[in-house]
Amino acid sequence: MPKLLPIVEFLEHGIKKPIWDCHMCGQCVLHSTGMTCPMTCPKTLRNGPCGGVRENGHCEVKPEMRCVWVKAYERKESLPLPQSWRDHYNDLRPPVNNQLKGTSSWINLITKRDQVTPAGWIVESPVQENLRAKE
Amino acid sequence: MDRRKPRAGESASEGVSNFPSRLAERFSTSERVFTIEFPSIDGGHLSDLKSRVDDLLPWFDAANATDSPAAHAHASNVAIAIALQQFGLEPILQVVCRDKNRIAIQSDIMGAALHGVRNIELLTGDDVIAGDEPEARRVFDVDSAQAIKIAATLKEGRYLSGRKFSDAPDLFIGAVENAAAPPLEYRAERVSKKVSAGARFFQLQICFHGDRLEKFVSAVNSNHPTLPLLPTVVLVKGARALKFMNENVAGIDIPAEIIAQVERSSDPKEAAYQLARAQAEHALSLPGVRGIHFTDFCHDGSLVRLMRDIGVTPRSAGKN
Ligand code: SF4
Repeated sequence: MPKLLPIVEFLEHGIKKPIWDCHMCGQCVLHSTGMTCPMTCPKTLRNGPCGGVRENGHCEVKPEMRCVWVKAYERKESLPLPQSWRDHYNDLRPPVNNQLKGTSSWINLITKRDQVTPAGWIVESPVQENLRAKE
Repeated sequence: MDRRKPRAGESASEGVSNFPSRLAERFSTSERVFTIEFPSIDGGHLSDLKSRVDDLLPWFDAANATDSPAAHAHASNVAIAIALQQFGLEPILQVVCRDKNRIAIQSDIMGAALHGVRNIELLTGDDVIAGDEPEARRVFDVDSAQAIKIAATLKEGRYLSGRKFSDAPDLFIGAVENAAAPPLEYRAERVSKKVSAGARFFQLQICFHGDRLEKFVSAVNSNHPTLPLLPTVVLVKGARALKFMNENVAGIDIPAEIIAQVERSSDPKEAAYQLARAQAEHALSLPGVRGIHFTDFCHDGSLVRLMRDIGVTPRSAGKN
């Protein structure tokens, strides 16, 4: 396996870079963001658009680029994606593990390394959270 | 931790570190709540700050201690929040994700909490290109929803790493949303995400599209009927300021008719004032809107005039 690692990383980057401008964060969430990579947002936001989106839907930082999250919101509906993927669009995504940068998200998915969050990051089930929010 | 008696500006508790936020208490009444953007401080002395606080005290329930707004360096968010706290004006500590990683964000919150600051508002932050040092490195280690969750974690007595501590501060966590920026249909859902992360009040970005505000507020209110919303109303001197905002402040779009209306008026300054007044009145008429957050670029008494015009009476000194 260790020998395979660089090959898989090379392969993943080779495929995902041209299609999604993949930044190899190592914890891929493309399926839940309408196949739009949030790491291409200049602020690397993982949980939706900032408040600076321009009237024409373009990015605050790069006026020539459409906001990644505007694109994601449209594409999650327009692309033929499984409903279960769309349902995850508004999930609270945990902070990026910067130690995984450059590693293969495919391997991290298999080893479940991409699901490890900091010990203090305790997310209750959405139902419980909603109940608490309504208190 | 802190066991001193609370000061005048703090809640009447037994002096333990986990007394609640006075702002939260205000929201639990049926009264309207008014907050103000405390002006950024570039230099000077604490005494200058005190006189500004004294002017605001009779009118406002809390003031935002901003975190290098528009990506310009100023006296720090935490220092201002502590000063406001000491002078008896309830601070809302803003923390933005632009300049600090997750470690520094937690340190800001805990440092301020040590001094009795309870209201913490987490924002993405304007990009560095909005400021006078566009060559700075942008951090954005976490985003606003994650930062909210991190604050909620601290409220439960542990750091993000899982490291526990005692006497956790009873934080009142807030967030910001822009009702008028694309994707419009998503903005209310984003509020729900932030609520599930731990946000318990919202200040809304300045908004010149009354229809968008209305739609957004009604969607949020039907999902979260008790969630306090404070739309922002900005006081400016005339059409020039509106044009500037429209062109230079990301996420604020001002319809051309509104600018023209102010510009063509025989008294543009008065027209700008009436615009703000109408916005405040409209916002206050919406369900879920608990009050207004003000940003004052006039500094000429218009703010007090506006407060009176919307029916607010000043509190007598010392009775906050
Ligand atoms: S406008 Fe969109 S792409 Fe640009 S920084 Fe904000 S969220 Fe990211």
